[in-house]
Amino acid sequence: MSVEEIRQTVDGVYRAESRRIFATLVRLIGDFDLAEEVLHEAFASAIEHWPQTGVPTNPRAWLVSTGRFKAIDAIRRRTRFDASIAAVGNRLEEIERSKSVREETEIEDDRLRLIFTCCHPALAPSTQIALTLREVCGLSTEDIASAFLSAPPTIAQRIVRGKAKIRDAKIPYQVPTLADLPDRIDSVLSVIYLVFNEGYSASSGTSLTRPDLSAEAIQLGRLLSELLPDSEVLGLHALMLLHESRRTARASPNGDLILLEDQDRSQWNQQQIAEGTALVGRALSSPQFGVYTLQASIAAVHAEAPSTAETDWAQIVALYDLLLRADPSPVVELNRAVAVAMRDGPASGLGLIEAILQRGDLVDYHLLHAARADLCRRLGKSAEARESYRRALSLAQQEPERRFLEKRLTELG
Amino acid sequence: MLLVYAGENVYAEGEREQCMAESVQLCHQLKTKGQYLAASPLRSVSLATSVRIRNGKRLVTDGPFAETSEQLGGYFLVEANNLDEAIDIASRIPGAKKGTVEVRPIEELTNLPNTGA
Repeated sequence: MSVEEIRQTVDGVYRAESRRIFATLVRLIGDFDLAEEVLHEAFASAIEHWPQTGVPTNPRAWLVSTGRFKAIDAIRRRTRFDASIAAVGNRLEEIERSKSVREETEIEDDRLRLIFTCCHPALAPSTQIALTLREVCGLSTEDIASAFLSAPPTIAQRIVRGKAKIRDAKIPYQVPTLADLPDRIDSVLSVIYLVFNEGYSASSGTSLTRPDLSAEAIQLGRLLSELLPDSEVLGLHALMLLHESRRTARASPNGDLILLEDQDRSQWNQQQIAEGTALVGRALSSPQFGVYTLQASIAAVHAEAPSTAETDWAQIVALYDLLLRADPSPVVELNRAVAVAMRDGPASGLGLIEAILQRGDLVDYHLLHAARADLCRRLGKSAEARESYRRALSLAQQEPERRFLEKRLTELG
Repeated sequence: MLLVYAGENVYAEGEREQCMAESVQLCHQLKTKGQYLAASPLRSVSLATSVRIRNGKRLVTDGPFAETSEQLGGYFLVEANNLDEAIDIASRIPGAKKGTVEVRPIEELTNLPNTGA
């Protein structure tokens, strides 16, 4: 192989395997920063050696083993200069004793360990998100900062502090025990869903979506579905795919929001719908399904309908009833009200929304006022519709949503 | 029980080390009078984790105890291999059901007197 071909091979291995190798190195070395450092040294070493020796039969094992030796060297050097870190010596012996490559399942477990460590509830949620994108997905600090509209130093500081807490408060690098697993999975799933939503429906800013973040979240969902096929893991993976399938249809070429009822359904991604629907089926076959699976089921009912009018709204309302029982929140209640309006007519939905408002819930939630405005508009109550659109507009942060509301206001005259 | 409160940033360069040295000295003085039981500096508050039990569910959050309306009511000093073990113990403390248990690693000093009367 030519040097150029070797370089391409190394690039390919880097793209496909580097975070996996990193996860294993963290387990072997017990230090995020050193693992990152020797990961890059191992790849540099591959570029240097593979042209002479040829590409090893198991490149990943070679890279892990090389990284491990580099780590041992680095720790030896540091201990020589700084006696105060002699404690590291014990760690060194452990690394030397450990077999560098174990069973394939162990390697896969390393990726799970990394996810659970980065999403540990003892870290602030914003830190969990930054660490997961950096350490598990391998995104650069700059990419994460631009995705979340933050300054790179802010994100860098969050990551440094997160790693310091993992190291100094001894957050363990392990898959949680069976007893803790449900809680800890919740924490991981909420990080993945937050990343997805930030990509699918950016909370602020000029563009409706940031597809890269959603793609990362779906990739994480896929990884987790393979490693830990718990019903809610499958449910979230399905939910993300089913939402993602509508991405191109929900925004016009100039970035305006298109409501579900007005979307060109031929643009929906059928492959994602098929994959998502199959996952919903698997998730529903478990008795422990929960909120993600129920939301995915609702999305699946929409996905199979040829139009809004032909949608099985009775089934959607029934699914919202189950969802309300599992997660009694005013936002779910609002969504159920909209589905009831579709099943029984706008007046029924409006009554339910008024009830939420009278309780004092969601008074500052722009989507409640937008939904109320829409139902009033359908009932011919133009004055009330205008008032609610104005209220929604005063609360909405996102440019495309604001443009949509302004358009509706203009249409009302 | 004597509790020490101070802003972490009030110590200038080198002052913290001096404070440690003087504290260790005080421990040895107390030891000779038979008044010493135990003492330790706590590690930075940025390493704190709060544990609460509400409706039978465990809530783990980043950061120290921050309510000003509640008072320090007791302490446990335990040996744990990692934070998960410490959180497990914290959630078994009955006080976690009404209040908050703040988990903090202590800094292990080697030059303190032997613990105990």
